[in-house]
Amino acid sequence: MIHIIAFYLFAVLLIASAVLVIMSRNPVHSVLWLILAFFNAAGLMVLVGAEFIAMLLVIVYVGAVAVLFLFVVMMLDIDFAELRAGFVKNFPLGILLAVILLAELVLGFGAYRAGALKLGEADGTAGVIAGRSNIDSIGALLYGEYLFLFEAAGLVLLVAMIGAIVLTHRERTDTRGQNVSKQNKRRAEDATVNVKPEVGKGITL
Amino acid sequence: MTAFFQSLGMNYEWAWFIATVCGILLIALPLMLAVAMIIYVDRKVWAAINLRRGPNVVGPFGILQSFADGLKVFLQETIIPSAANKGIFILAPIVTFTVALGAWAVIPFDAGVVLADINVGLLYILAISSLSVYGVVMAGWASNSKYPFFSAMRASAQMISYEVSIGFILVCVVLYAGSFNLTEIVMSQKGHGLGIVNGYVFNILLFPMWVMFFISSLAETQRVPFDLTEAESELVAGYQTEYSSMSFALFWLGEYANILLMCSLNTILFFGGWLPPVDWAPLYYVPGIIWFLLKTFFFFFMFSWVMATVPRYRYDQLMRLGWKIFLPISLLFVVLISGWLMFTRYA
Repeated sequence: MIHIIAFYLFAVLLIASAVLVIMSRNPVHSVLWLILAFFNAAGLMVLVGAEFIAMLLVIVYVGAVAVLFLFVVMMLDIDFAELRAGFVKNFPLGILLAVILLAELVLGFGAYRAGALKLGEADGTAGVIAGRSNIDSIGALLYGEYLFLFEAAGLVLLVAMIGAIVLTHRERTDTRGQNVSKQNKRRAEDATVNVKPEVGKGITL
Repeated sequence: MTAFFQSLGMNYEWAWFIATVCGILLIALPLMLAVAMIIYVDRKVWAAINLRRGPNVVGPFGILQSFADGLKVFLQETIIPSAANKGIFILAPIVTFTVALGAWAVIPFDAGVVLADINVGLLYILAISSLSVYGVVMAGWASNSKYPFFSAMRASAQMISYEVSIGFILVCVVLYAGSFNLTEIVMSQKGHGLGIVNGYVFNILLFPMWVMFFISSLAETQRVPFDLTEAESELVAGYQTEYSSMSFALFWLGEYANILLMCSLNTILFFGGWLPPVDWAPLYYVPGIIWFLLKTFFFFFMFSWVMATVPRYRYDQLMRLGWKIFLPISLLFVVLISGWLMFTRYA
């Protein structure tokens, strides 16, 4: 009973917020709806017993990716009229992309359910192994069976990260960086002098 | 508690539902009371270190000061700036407050005294605490005013930077405990130090991790010396500048609930949670919840102590500490600890 209520609550909220991501006029509102959508997806994951994936979804997407989105969108100075002007022009392209994605999904699921691909059980759900936590099972798979693929994925990410840094980094010679150890070494005695000048004489520094 | 409601003749699902609601109330209401008292303690400790008296008018020793303040903000007028984005402006303090309460669901107060004993407890806390940045960012943006916006940007950069090193520190603890479940993490600390003391902090590999975790938790809750988001000399009151009355109070309550959460995390992860400090049989007659509250209170005292004695960091120093010092050291310790465990425990 509670399971069913929870499922429909999360599912309806997920779809509604996903629609609102596209529909809302203010891009900041869009990002906030996107965050709500991520959250409800995490709720659905918990319902099917994949709590580890749910937590990762919240930590990675809500906690890191969406913060960056929000950051970028908040700093943009967006002209809403100009944004909406491109709608009619881009509409056919958008429809085309949507149709291609839908066709790919249908094809993929069709082939999978027909059992042509040996990916596991054909009904699309692998049962939860009793007495074994999510973290255990995922860890055993990632670090046991798929170790080399996993490490290769890590390498690809590393290359991407280094690439991004190399592309955006530029040497700047016109700025003067801070030397922290020099700052810490500086003492009050080096910076100030205590003098007692005679009246009307002044001092030379 | 579910069994009790079942004995009243309910079926399992409704008994579970009502038991959970009761559990939430049993945690949230005392927590609100604790926050009110802890604000009073904070002000008293701060005053004592500054050689002042602190609040001493309302009630005996001024103990009712927080309630008087609460009543005052409750009766004030709610002002919403006309240029503000109304929906998000109102939502922001609610998000801060809800998130601050939500993380308490997995905190074990004693053996078995926990609302949700889930096996990804620590990840849940990480997930929820990564949400707390949204309250601040939304408040800063929706206020449509420059100082709150600066504050929101500072807050998000600061919280993301320190969450990274907190994540690595938690990995070290999880490696030792072998579990993400907070109850199991506490139980694995029993007799950890030579079979005598309970707590990971007495481990030579984990002690530096605790020092870093304490400093990071100061930064994560935006306490002095890392309170750059509310730096009054630069940003008026930071993201709270445009807020008044109850919405302001919700920020305050959420902030202190977060501080208490971080104190209890220090207790649970490094100081043996509800276990007595020494693994000696007579000490176990004291209820575990008392040990837990005493340790948490001790950490709160350290938080106010730091607040009263340390000057504020500069923003570039804060970023340098997070990214150039804490991150490499915590990464190094993840490698060290997993290597050590590989040779000793799993060899």
